[in-house]
Amino acid sequence: MVIKRKEFLQIGSLATASFMLPKFLKAFEKPMRVPPGNKVVVVIQFSGGNDGLNTVIPVRNDIYYRERPKLGIAKNEALILNDETGLNPALEAFKGLYDEGSLAIMNNVGYPNPDRSHFRSMDIWHSASESNQYVNTGWLGRYLDAQCKGCDKPTQAMELDDILSLALKGDDNKGLAFKDPKKLYNTSNGRFLKDVNADHKPGEETVDYLYKTMSATLNSADYIYQQSKAHPTSQLYPNSNLGKDLKTIASLIFSDINTKVYYVSLGSFDTHVNQNDQQKRLFTELNDAVKAFTTDLKNNGRFNDVLMMTFSEFGRRVTQNASNGTDHGTANNMFFISGGLKEKGLLNAMPDLSDLNEGDLKHKVDFKNVYATVLNKWLGADDKMILGNTFSHLNFI
Amino acid sequence: MAVLNRLKNQHLLWRSAFGPMAENVASLNTMSPKTLWALLVKASSKPVEKIEVTKNPADEYLMGVTDPKEMEKAANNPELRKKIREKSRDDIKNLNLQWLETMVNSEAQLREKMSLFWHGHFACRIQNSFFQQELLHMIRSHALGSFADMLKMVSKSPAMLQFLNNQQNKKSHPNENFAREVMELFTVGRGNYTENDVKEAARAFTGWAFNAKGEFVFRKLQHDDGSKTFLGKTGHFDGDDILNMLLENKQTANTISKKIYRYFVNENTNEQNQQWLGNRFFNNHYDIAKLLEDLYTSDWFYDEKNIGTRIKSPVELLAGIRRLLPMQLENDQSQLLFERALGQILFYPPNVAGWPGGKNWIDSSSLMLRLRVPHILTANDALDIMPKADDDVQMGQMMEARAKKLKEAVKGGAAVIDWVAVNKIFEKVQREKLLETITSTVLQTKGKVSNAVLDKYINTGNRENYIKSAIVNLMATPEYQLC
Repeated sequence: MVIKRKEFLQIGSLATASFMLPKFLKAFEKPMRVPPGNKVVVVIQFSGGNDGLNTVIPVRNDIYYRERPKLGIAKNEALILNDETGLNPALEAFKGLYDEGSLAIMNNVGYPNPDRSHFRSMDIWHSASESNQYVNTGWLGRYLDAQCKGCDKPTQAMELDDILSLALKGDDNKGLAFKDPKKLYNTSNGRFLKDVNADHKPGEETVDYLYKTMSATLNSADYIYQQSKAHPTSQLYPNSNLGKDLKTIASLIFSDINTKVYYVSLGSFDTHVNQNDQQKRLFTELNDAVKAFTTDLKNNGRFNDVLMMTFSEFGRRVTQNASNGTDHGTANNMFFISGGLKEKGLLNAMPDLSDLNEGDLKHKVDFKNVYATVLNKWLGADDKMILGNTFSHLNFI
Repeated sequence: MAVLNRLKNQHLLWRSAFGPMAENVASLNTMSPKTLWALLVKASSKPVEKIEVTKNPADEYLMGVTDPKEMEKAANNPELRKKIREKSRDDIKNLNLQWLETMVNSEAQLREKMSLFWHGHFACRIQNSFFQQELLHMIRSHALGSFADMLKMVSKSPAMLQFLNNQQNKKSHPNENFAREVMELFTVGRGNYTENDVKEAARAFTGWAFNAKGEFVFRKLQHDDGSKTFLGKTGHFDGDDILNMLLENKQTANTISKKIYRYFVNENTNEQNQQWLGNRFFNNHYDIAKLLEDLYTSDWFYDEKNIGTRIKSPVELLAGIRRLLPMQLENDQSQLLFERALGQILFYPPNVAGWPGGKNWIDSSSLMLRLRVPHILTANDALDIMPKADDDVQMGQMMEARAKKLKEAVKGGAAVIDWVAVNKIFEKVQREKLLETITSTVLQTKGKVSNAVLDKYINTGNRENYIKSAIVNLMATPEYQLC
């Protein structure tokens, strides 16, 4: 089903025409540092379909060890959370966060009629659509649309990447994608474009749209670059891609940019072959970067205001394959990290490996419930309007 | 104000083709759009040359194996599967590049442009290069023929049957995906059928499948030959009956002509013109050539509000630059990177609904890259971006490995441009008219970048460099994104 934006909104029973700008956004129009209390979401995407069962490990489950004779992670290697559960050995910082009450784990997250194509399933997660709908906007992009009626600095959502993801594309507003603030600032033809922009006289609608996008990007580039320089963090970060990205994000969180959402990807988790090596490398990068980032946030008094969440387009099959890997599966777990969690630790039961759907985990929580919760309770947004439907809220924030 | 002849001709070339070609620009001043249209039609009347990059991988890898059971066994061998997948991925890249090359250089511009439209209409994202190749040939062969024939052929193509899961559509377990998309996206469109029509059509399509050789087969044992009620009629319908009933429904003609109007004329629809097109299309028995004749010879196509207001797709942008600036690419693989970064990889539509187009092409990063493309091609700027991974294609490659490979692949995003040919376009233009002429050759928009701004950035060293830098700067503007 192709659902156009308008129709998509009409499906929601509460598509209200009048939408009030929340007061806290107004504050940012003044040149001041963002006060503590400004909530920020950092999304970390595990691209490629992370194997959830070797991430949060059911250390006392016979079926798990039976189905994964080579890949199963032994109980004495896992970082034990409780009798039943351990974390992947590479996630030592996550274990620390768990112990101090800053980590929550949601198991069995997915959606009905799961799709096993990376691209399609990622689209479903990004657009927050049903698996038989095609929606051309993303959940965070629609959040921007709802928040940013008529505002001129599109710096409310940023992706640390050369290319913007669907998740951050709205109808009228789109997030900003850049890998490095300096590169963004030094656009090779920036001077020319600024002159062209200054010379532009509004007229035809499509031309104006392009100019609006260009002008906003050029302005943001300057601003972001200056802000990233103005508040350099003294925290040491690992010299990995994710380390650099989270360092940039931290410096921007500590600035006065009114960005509510940061988005970054790590991958590839598509571990059909020799899974354990590849997952270990990626988790080590993740672990070290998150460790530095959370320390930085704590030292700057912002850990309570920042919510990190991780997701992947799908989990993997319960049974290992013949190449010491796993193939595409369905439901998966999500991590939530913040000093401001209301519920901590394991939020729900571990996957039931005795109740599978043709060898795959059954989802128990729809990811759209997670989105609704984050949009409503963390970002103070109208989740029903953004998601086009009512999804009940969870209690972890 | 009357629209100038040359602007009209350029408009026709941008919409029905991939933009004016350097060697033909000069003739656009005097020719009438009707004459140009006749030339375009004539140039596309030759038989289609197939773009062939691969044989059936089953033939290639299962050499000599013809027994279906043996073939299946071999096809389930993981080593072999991996090999076929890698080969398929490379084949699709070649298919992509060769078709792009055809879009730039073929005289059959009308056919290739229309094929690009149908490539998005019958959107199919599968990894089997042989199936993709055959589907493309089907589309290019029928692009200007009968929509009815094309619909029937595409619906029986292994590519589409696989992509829309009709292999799994069996009497005992109907799968509605194929039936639903045939109605929603290929023919009548949403709102013109019920959920029950989908269910009944799915039953009619049961048994439509393909064999290991990539041939359509009707599996009688899996077909539900019971009575079905579809769009108000009852009978023992099969898949062909359903397609025929959908074609007899005038809504199909209306939906397709509306889509064509929005794609080639204006995103903002015009009820009256569309209705007229739809009626004509239906009465002409879905003859695509006649529909295009109606469209491109109408007065309203050349209305000012329809000129220079459409956002070029990434492929159109790239092909358009290459047609005005004849060039030898140092490395044609860099085009794949442009396609990926700008959001239109041929043979990889986002989903069965195709590329949404229009403003969806534009966000901060895609626009800023579009504005850099002319500089990258002329080596003033480097292609230093890292597009997102697609694990359906890259199969779990680590980011670092991908970055390294990418760097090698696109070393030299630049091209050697035949500036002599470009200069020839303007050889009879007087110095004082030069900038104005270049601007109106490169840009289709009503409002244009002012000479005052351009003068600051144009190299005034000599005439050649002047023309060169004027064109590159003009192509690096928001206006150039439109046609």
